[in-house]
Amino acid sequence: MIELRAVTHVYGDRPVLRDLSVSIREPRVAILGGNGSGKSTLARMLNGLILPSSGTVTVDGLDTRTDGRAVRQRVGFVFQNPDVQIVYPTVEEDVGFGLKARRVPKDEIARRVTAVLDRYNLTRYRHQPAHHMSGGEKQLLAIAGVLVLEPAHVVFDEPTTLLDLRNRRTVIQVIRELPQKAVVVTHDLDMVMDFDRALVLEEGRVVIDDVPAVAVPAYVARLG
Amino acid sequence: MLGLYLHRDSVIHRLGAGVKMGGLLAATLAVLALPGALGALAAGLLGLGLLVAAKLPVGRVLRELRAPVVMLTLLFGCQALLAGTGWAETLAAVARFAALILLATLMTLTTKVADMVDLFERLFSALRPLGVNPAKMALMLALTIRFIPLLAEQVREVRMAQQARGVERNIAALFVPLLVKILRLADDLTAALDARGYDPTDDGRHT
Repeated sequence: MIELRAVTHVYGDRPVLRDLSVSIREPRVAILGGNGSGKSTLARMLNGLILPSSGTVTVDGLDTRTDGRAVRQRVGFVFQNPDVQIVYPTVEEDVGFGLKARRVPKDEIARRVTAVLDRYNLTRYRHQPAHHMSGGEKQLLAIAGVLVLEPAHVVFDEPTTLLDLRNRRTVIQVIRELPQKAVVVTHDLDMVMDFDRALVLEEGRVVIDDVPAVAVPAYVARLG
Repeated sequence: MLGLYLHRDSVIHRLGAGVKMGGLLAATLAVLALPGALGALAAGLLGLGLLVAAKLPVGRVLRELRAPVVMLTLLFGCQALLAGTGWAETLAAVARFAALILLATLMTLTTKVADMVDLFERLFSALRPLGVNPAKMALMLALTIRFIPLLAEQVREVRMAQQARGVERNIAALFVPLLVKILRLADDLTAALDARGYDPTDDGRHT
């Protein structure tokens, strides 16, 4: 379970999150909201990339402030722009990066990389340079690089924003089939309709918290 | 972009990065020690033989060597004119360097960056008593190679955005947004490295 207790976050003197308390237990949770509503800051707090100015964030009982590294092993993070999270020049090397950083033995790295490339139909790109791939393929590669680490939760920050229709559909299917719990920050309202829960943020506060069938129309209505 | 790993099923590809690096070092010393163009000729022939053995596109690799050969010719040509060294000597020097560039290219084309990074991590570990973190140095090498095409893409993007707004050639108009983009990229990259489990305090000592 991911739990935020009385979380406030401030950039300079601008509050981005205000006294937020939320428990996330459901397998699929969407975070919706306009630009500057605090969605991305909240997402980055879930794996300790950003620490709250006050309050606490815990993941399965681990505090992001004191157990940041252990939290990041439990919570994978997929960025909006895959280019920033692809570290090695070729596909195979990049998928293995996180495992190598954790000093996993070489034969174990090879086994897990092969399995994840196969799972996401990336085997044919195995030895190809990542910069030759399309946006959708890069996003799949970024997802593969996170899932190879076998986290318990995965946070996606606007995973479909830069994708065309076909790749958007592929990524949505990948998220749908994940065995992990997923928290997805998105503007893609169709995507979240079969999720278990949707939180709508406005000026750093949760203004709607319900199942998507109720939360999404209420959010659209608020937009006017 | 030629120079990056090109996958083939060959004996040369399967050789360890350390063996290839050692071979490159030995060839460099031999080329520099042998008189005149003899070393260059031997290294050039060796390079061509290895290219074929590694099943790499010989014509494409040789075409990529044209630019450094032109640059070397200009450099040593100037030296010949200014210092009065003989033209035979100049040609031998150009041939030597061209042969060495061919061998170095062969190394990068047949060795995965991850294997090279492992090798450099082992080599840099000798500098640990001087406060060098070999894991960080090795990651820096990998990131440099990975981000060259990405930075080139950013330059193209900014240049096109400027042209679309009617600015054809203006260094400041190119430099400022590029710098902002690069700083943002660096920021995101730091977060991504963190998210993917990179530990900056890990100095590469295997436990």
